[in-house]
Amino acid sequence: MNITVCVKQIPDQSIPSELLPDSWRLRRADVNAVLDPGDEYAVEAALKLAEATGGEVTAVSMGPARADEALRKALSMGVHKAILVTDDALEGAAALVTARVLAAAIRKSGGTDVVITGTESTDGYTGVVPQALAELLGSSSLTFAKSVETGGEGITIHRQTDTGYQIVTAPLPVVVSVTAGANQPRYPSLKGIMGAKSKPLEHWSLADLGLDGEAVASSQRVFSVVAAPEKQAGELISDDGTAAGRIVEFLAQLKVI
Amino acid sequence: MNAGPILVFGEVEDGRAAPVSLELASQARRLSDAVVVLAYGSSTEGVDKAFASAGASAVHLAEHPVADRLIGPFAAAAMASLVGAVSPRAILIGATYTGRDVAGRLAVRARLGVIANVIDLMDKDGRLVALNTIFGATQIVESGFTSSSPGIFLVRPKSFEVAAHEGDVAVSRLEPPTDVQDSARIIESHSETSTGPGLEEAPVVVSGGRGLGDASNFALLTELARLTHGSVGASRAVVDAGWVPYSMQVGQTGKTVKPTVYIACGISGAMQHTVGMKGAKNIIAINRDQDAPIFKLADLGVVGDCLTVLPKVIEEIKARQQQG
Ligand SMILES: Cc1cc2nc3c(=O)[nH]c(=O)nc-3n(C[C@H](O)[C@H](O)[C@H](O)COP(=O)(O)OP(=O)(O)OC[C@H]3O[C@@H](n4cnc5c(N)ncnc54)[C@H](O)[C@@H]3O)c2cc1C
Ligand SMILES: Nc1ncnc2c1ncn2[C@@H]1O[C@H](COP(=O)(O)O)[C@@H](O)[C@H]1O
Repeated sequence: MNITVCVKQIPDQSIPSELLPDSWRLRRADVNAVLDPGDEYAVEAALKLAEATGGEVTAVSMGPARADEALRKALSMGVHKAILVTDDALEGAAALVTARVLAAAIRKSGGTDVVITGTESTDGYTGVVPQALAELLGSSSLTFAKSVETGGEGITIHRQTDTGYQIVTAPLPVVVSVTAGANQPRYPSLKGIMGAKSKPLEHWSLADLGLDGEAVASSQRVFSVVAAPEKQAGELISDDGTAAGRIVEFLAQLKVI
Repeated sequence: MNAGPILVFGEVEDGRAAPVSLELASQARRLSDAVVVLAYGSSTEGVDKAFASAGASAVHLAEHPVADRLIGPFAAAAMASLVGAVSPRAILIGATYTGRDVAGRLAVRARLGVIANVIDLMDKDGRLVALNTIFGATQIVESGFTSSSPGIFLVRPKSFEVAAHEGDVAVSRLEPPTDVQDSARIIESHSETSTGPGLEEAPVVVSGGRGLGDASNFALLTELARLTHGSVGASRAVVDAGWVPYSMQVGQTGKTVKPTVYIACGISGAMQHTVGMKGAKNIIAINRDQDAPIFKLADLGVVGDCLTVLPKVIEEIKARQQQG
């Protein structure tokens, strides 16, 4: 089984993010960046499928040249090869553009049986790239997977719903988006980290993909960004044995008991 | 400026209009007299009335042709045909699971941009402007589409009130779509809902996080919820740990709740959690750490151990209720 996993590099979320004042874009250039933790679940799911079927995993990313680091992390986890689509014209690309670029890269790489993604990126959280990708590739989509297995007609998942879950199966080719909690992403081993350095990692430009300016033009604009009003501080008490009484009093005041 | 109608995706589940779709119909009506709703679901019998009284001026009813197929890809195809037919000024879709499936595929089919996580939508000088929050809702972003093209606004549930509307509505049937590129089949459906009011409707939500220490301590929350006619929620940390089902998760990747009171027990208050509950009218937080970020939102914050405080709260409410 040929498997492609889509991964994104994002600013490290443990340090406060910042917007660039002139473009309202996320400051990415000089901040510490990591492989999106949400995409680690996708990498793990892809590796498990490959192990079960004897397949190969290709990681694809769209981002600045330094997104290499995130791809190296995926390679060190066990991914076989990686492709980075990087082009100045892609800065600030919206979801539809991202999906077009990823679809074109997957086609150029020779196509794939299964595409695995996260459900949403941690920095942008649009959460529609997987579905857009499926439509572009003419694939079925298995979204919001809490578990992924081979079997059934090709791939079978437990799909999260508002009230529980569904068991859904689809033939190949298919795009699968996995949620956090679908698995426990592995840590790269020392051997994996050393090995990752010699695994193939290619850089492609928009021209390499045969995409023109129109395909990557965005129709969205940010008009302004302002600070949200801060909430007034409330009452803060230390529990000296009377806190429960104060809570009950408050609930009674609100007429919920 | 495009003067077309606003097109709303009307999600229909178990024969009922999804609350978020009604919210969107009402907001669309505040912005335009022409509100076209595609009501899509396995059975759409009578839902035109619900959409009309929320603000729709036209409702297209489309029945899902095959019960064991996922709704999203089919509804996206139906939406795409309506986009072609009515040339909307904007498309509103609720950010549910199905809604996200529809938005992603529709974006490709109709060549439309998507603005996600929308919490407010307004008309500014003839232009639709969406608000969403970033960085843990500390910053508000105003964005929209360039004037020549409409786009999809993916809106978080509970962003708008449903307002009763009276007026004429044109109802028609739409043939089910045929050109769908998706062969996924549903084999089984499982529901994990508990008794009592649903998390999103409950006047009181009692939520627990990792600070509860152990899954069995959720029994305290269930008891407090029972006494307050509330519902139990959870942080993602404990959902991921398998203590409680995902259907109880509150936050960015879970449910959005706006109860009269939200009681956060042993929850630190990470921004991905607070975006799902900061709209609560009143917030009570119990946390051992006086610097926990949840206290910044709390109307009443208790620095203490929830395993000591909660049993006492339960005891005192019971005592009151016996007296009363
Ligand atoms: C893309 C993404 C999406 C996410 N979506 C969500 C989401 O939808 N919902 C969500 O909740 N999270 C979400 N998260 C996770 C979020 O960032 C936090 O990790 C999570 O909310 C933390 O859960 P917690 O507060 O239960 O645990 P912790 O952060 O571990 O906090 C536990 C708290 O309990 C306190 N405590 C410990 N013992 C006691 C005691 N005996 N009595 C009282 N207090 C005690 C501690 O002081 C601490 O503050 C998301 C993360 C990402 C990256
Ligand atoms: N620039 C990107 N490069 C590779 N994959 C991406 C990129 N952006 C989004 N994705 C994939 O699409 C998923 C959903 O992202 P989004 O729709 O942007 O929230 C992510 O978890 C990734 O798997």
